[in-house]
Amino acid sequence: MSALTVTDLTVDYRQHGSRLRAVDGLSFELEPGQTLALVGESGSGKSTVVRTLSRFVKPSSGEIALGSVTDRRLSRRAERKTYHKTLQLVFQDPFASLNPMHTVAHHLRRPLILHGGHRRGPKLDAAVLDLLRSVNLTPPQDVARKHPHELSGGQRQRVAIARALATNPKVLLADEPVSMLDVSIRLEILNLLDHLKRDRDLALLYVTHDLATARHFSSQIMVMYRGEVVERGPSDQVILNPAHPYTQLLASAAPDPRLTRAQLADARTQRAQLRDSRVAEHRESVVDEGCRFRGRCPFAMEVCATRPPDLPAAKGAVNGSAAGHVARCWLLDESAAAAPAADSSN
Amino acid sequence: MITTTGIEALHGSAGLSTDIVLRASNVSVEYAGRRPTKAVRDVSLELRRGEVLGIVGESGCGKSTFAYALTRMLRPPARMTAGVVEYFDRDGESVDLATLEGDRLRDFRWNKIAMVFQSAMNALNPVTSVGSQMDDIFRTHRPGMDKAARRARCGELLEMVGIDARRLRSYPHELSGGMRQRVVIAMALALEPQIVVMDEPTTALDVLVQREILDEVERLRAELGFSVIFITHDLALLLEISDRLAVMYAGQVVEYAPAEQVATSPLHPYTRGLLRSFPDLRGERREMHGIPGSPPDLRTELAGCPFAPRCESVFDPCRDMTPPLQAPPRAWPVACHLHDPRYARTTDEAGR
Repeated sequence: MSALTVTDLTVDYRQHGSRLRAVDGLSFELEPGQTLALVGESGSGKSTVVRTLSRFVKPSSGEIALGSVTDRRLSRRAERKTYHKTLQLVFQDPFASLNPMHTVAHHLRRPLILHGGHRRGPKLDAAVLDLLRSVNLTPPQDVARKHPHELSGGQRQRVAIARALATNPKVLLADEPVSMLDVSIRLEILNLLDHLKRDRDLALLYVTHDLATARHFSSQIMVMYRGEVVERGPSDQVILNPAHPYTQLLASAAPDPRLTRAQLADARTQRAQLRDSRVAEHRESVVDEGCRFRGRCPFAMEVCATRPPDLPAAKGAVNGSAAGHVARCWLLDESAAAAPAADSSN
Repeated sequence: MITTTGIEALHGSAGLSTDIVLRASNVSVEYAGRRPTKAVRDVSLELRRGEVLGIVGESGCGKSTFAYALTRMLRPPARMTAGVVEYFDRDGESVDLATLEGDRLRDFRWNKIAMVFQSAMNALNPVTSVGSQMDDIFRTHRPGMDKAARRARCGELLEMVGIDARRLRSYPHELSGGMRQRVVIAMALALEPQIVVMDEPTTALDVLVQREILDEVERLRAELGFSVIFITHDLALLLEISDRLAVMYAGQVVEYAPAEQVATSPLHPYTRGLLRSFPDLRGERREMHGIPGSPPDLRTELAGCPFAPRCESVFDPCRDMTPPLQAPPRAWPVACHLHDPRYARTTDEAGR
């Protein structure tokens, strides 16, 4: 059974009387012991998903079921408490997410007392040290006494992870957990999350804009664009064999140290030509019934003015391993793709 | 594998222009305090006309401080305690930046060296329009220009970075992050400087926007022929865009090489560690590790190699002798005992 089931989640923000649809009809499941990566650029709605799942934002429609706790029962205080105990968050900025006035031990004691049923005493102190050990902060006695400013960014993020683990959650939402950290320690933190996920059978949602770590640290990837999931599937399939033009664009934009100078120059020229064929203003999004990416899409066709359905991205896959790999793009529709795609000028 | 192109590119015996536009010799910078922080320690670099020089390293390794020293923008408590920064104009005239004061310094900045700051997206004034902020540059630095000429030039600059000239009337909040970044780059280029220093210009941006801006910088550089000092912690990115790069650690340059060479055969274990910190998008899935530990406290005297405590190939001399930045035979400058011929036998065992 999945740890978290999201069905048809839609979130609107009110803006000067009008509404902005930040998340549109999102459905997915998080499985225990698995990592799902949610990838997209800023403004794609990734963070709204996290905020809605953590109940900081109310969805306009749709349902979030966390084990037995569903929306209908959330009105009860006890259920709300269970929800927050079961689902925990790791934020992006470890400099802002820890209180500079309190020690590390204080940060870890609070959730243990509030959610773990602990009382002050030697047992609580031992639990704090255990948590610090579980995130490899050693020696735990010393770290526990420190204030956040005495720790490096990586150490702070470990404290934030320990705090999330204090309630013994089943679901962990990590919203860009390493993007504020130095490159040299990013992998260590991601490895830590990976091990914790395995050891504790956590369902992990890894929200990021970095395709490479998304591929290496998750089994499934969802790619979001302007509030919609445009592609999803097994990580290797989505990255190595992207079906949606947006995912293809993302994958081609990532730096690749193996390319030679000549290849780089070629790629640059190609991108320049692609861009010149469109007016700058035109690149801004179109939100209507059609595909939201069509303003930027190099393969836009007439049919793109109507909303594409989820289509299996089996085209080009050598064997049946593309199971569950879907993309929301008319190009994958055999009948539509047969029509000439030459109309990219408008 | 070490090819000879490395030496040529570094010593300028062939091909690339050897025309130096900026030379920093033995620059040291300290932040005053009870225990002064020696943020930059004896750094010497040369910037050639028209090249992109990348400076890479973790936070706190002195990249930005060094850039500020190059542009005479250090403010107390930071102070350049040693070294010379020389600028060479196109006509061959050289200027020692330390001697510039008052009007001459003001005249020099932006005209000759411009800087794009970290989080430049927030460098714009939120309460005046983009146009009037750009206009300020010309009113200050080009008092002879009349209003119409200034306006035309501002529009031209925006078009140059791919933004509609009508956006001159826009306020910064009406532009996306990427557009704001383009505006800041356009402003840096407004007076046609010889050198543009870019300190993490794309760190806060999305991959796609980042890519567009880097392409733009590359195109403008080819057109206008300025030199770029590009500072970032993103080595993968730097390998693509820079001609040569300097890897900094603990305030020192530890490897100084043509970018292709660093990509294929990095010499310093720190450079190798940085390279490994980026998972390959399309490569094999494998267990990956960054560089364990953290950089040393720059307030203390460093004995031996500053990287030794984190180094996987550490051996005897590393603990008490600081390796000098020197080029081993058939290679480029690197500060590591592993590549010192004196320890050749030991390194064969340790380096493989």
